[in-house]
Amino acid sequence: MVSGDRQPMVQFKGILKRFGKVTAVEKMDFDIEEGSLVTLLGPSGCGKTTLLRMVAGLEEPTEGDIFIKGKRVNDIPIHKRNLGMIFQNYALFPHKTIFDNVAFGLKYRNVSKAQIETKVTRALEMVRLPGVEKRMPSQLSGGQQQRIAMARAIVIEPDVLLMDEPLSALDENLREAMRREVDNLQQMLGVTTIFVTHDQREALSMSDKILVMKDGRKQQEGNPESVYNEPANHFVADFLGHSNFIAGEVVGVDDNHVNVRIETGDILLAENKGGFSRGDRVEMIVRAQRFDAFPKAEFQPTAGLNHFQGHIKDRSYMGGEVSYFIELGVDREIHIISMMRTRLYDIGEAVSIQVAPHHCHLIPLE
Amino acid sequence: MKSFSLGWHLIRIYTFLIYVFMFAPIVVVIVLAFNPKQFGIFPMEGVSLRWFIKLAQNESIIDAFQNSLILGSLTAVVSTAIGILAAMAFIRFDFPGKNTLNTLLLAPIMIPEVVLGVSLLLFLRWLQQPKSFALLLIGHVVLTLPYVLLIVQARLVGIKKEYEEAAKTLGANAFQTFRDVTFPLLLPAIMAGALFSFTISFDDITATLFWATAQNQTVPVKIFSMLRNSISPEINALGAVMIVLTIATPLLAGYLSRKFSKFKP
Repeated sequence: MVSGDRQPMVQFKGILKRFGKVTAVEKMDFDIEEGSLVTLLGPSGCGKTTLLRMVAGLEEPTEGDIFIKGKRVNDIPIHKRNLGMIFQNYALFPHKTIFDNVAFGLKYRNVSKAQIETKVTRALEMVRLPGVEKRMPSQLSGGQQQRIAMARAIVIEPDVLLMDEPLSALDENLREAMRREVDNLQQMLGVTTIFVTHDQREALSMSDKILVMKDGRKQQEGNPESVYNEPANHFVADFLGHSNFIAGEVVGVDDNHVNVRIETGDILLAENKGGFSRGDRVEMIVRAQRFDAFPKAEFQPTAGLNHFQGHIKDRSYMGGEVSYFIELGVDREIHIISMMRTRLYDIGEAVSIQVAPHHCHLIPLE
Repeated sequence: MKSFSLGWHLIRIYTFLIYVFMFAPIVVVIVLAFNPKQFGIFPMEGVSLRWFIKLAQNESIIDAFQNSLILGSLTAVVSTAIGILAAMAFIRFDFPGKNTLNTLLLAPIMIPEVVLGVSLLLFLRWLQQPKSFALLLIGHVVLTLPYVLLIVQARLVGIKKEYEEAAKTLGANAFQTFRDVTFPLLLPAIMAGALFSFTISFDDITATLFWATAQNQTVPVKIFSMLRNSISPEINALGAVMIVLTIATPLLAGYLSRKFSKFKP
């Protein structure tokens, strides 16, 4: 991360994009710091790819300006923007050898033949695929093609690296490995990167900053911890991770905490980060992993923590963890993901549940 | 599966007869071209290249041949050039009237050639221009353009836009993108389109009859006029040459393109 006195590498100012009558991106302001990896995260059709394509110059904004290195690029054609773009389906040129694919961008940049060879060799080493220069793209596996696409994009030393769901075509195991490789490569090169994905795990594990989008609107921006732990609204909490949403009303406020009476009648303690006051209708968001469940008979409450009772209604064993649905009262169940530090609970068993106030995040009821 | 039913045998015989019906006349023409006698009678009394030699000495036929080759080649070049540009416009860009224009360019396939021949002549009359080689070329381009357009468009649909977008983000301008990415990927379709144009132009008689002048005769028109006088065995020889040419050109091109193309879609 770079200190704040430098100007952002990429800036969106009032960006709006319409396709006919459909608004793909709605009045967006957003800054991307130099050297950072920023993820545009959201469900399909939320406008994240459109935003990325506008940086590349593949789409024109209907309104607003895009700045790269402080320079307005709206009218600069694609081929003069010095960007590296990695496509979902790699888009390696099928009629060219790997060498010619990687060297493609250098051909238009006044680089001597000897230098091209050095640079291509180094780029292939960086993506850990040396010696494949003479092969054709069709002779490589999906993961290898993905690396060549990365080599082709980084060899031109772009100002910004743009990645459009680059890992989604890979199978699960390979995706995990490639995710780490992309992350390492990005940190090694220090190149500003915009990464588009609908996969929250990719976003959370790689990003310096996440921009969560829905229906073309910015929902929240921030680092992974803040987006995950302090979601700005119901959508963000629901989209990232497994959340419990419990409606309630603020019945008491002190310096740092609020008392919230939830649907079951229990009164829970929560940190007051949102400046709520007595009488406010709120929604309490608690991550499924933040609860601890204990056998009811052995339970000894810890002072200062919230606790309540319920019955195991349903469970699914997932190896490392167990997912429980616990019935609290009438029509109210919560979802818990337990790391199984005690034992496996049976369906119907009475349990006591405990959760710390700082894990109870409040947002205004929508 | 060794035993075939009666039905299968009937189908085989039927198919065989159809092939005989289609190809027997062609075979007869080629065989009779080597007939030493003035009149085609079976059984032939020996084999001779007499009519081929006579053909090679007939200047009006050599002229017609030259005309046909030049016309066919030019038609192929012009049709392919226009066809590529039009296909790019139709597949890669959006503009008002796109569908109408596309239909108009494809229409010559559906319009009878006689109508096309007459209407182009009338148009020329309206412009008060004489018949010329240019008229033949324009006419043949109109005739062949739909084929080029259909072939190139079909291939272009299959070439993902991402290739061009990738090239542009890597620093290639629009022309370089076309030269280095789109064109090489389109090449098989372009070759096929050019060959189609050449063979159609080389073979065409109906419309060409309206457009040809005494100076600008093509081989089919020449054959047609020779037939009006008498059935000279020379025509058999000419026919044999035509058949070999129109079959050999696409075969050769197919072989060459397979031999030299590294990329197989």
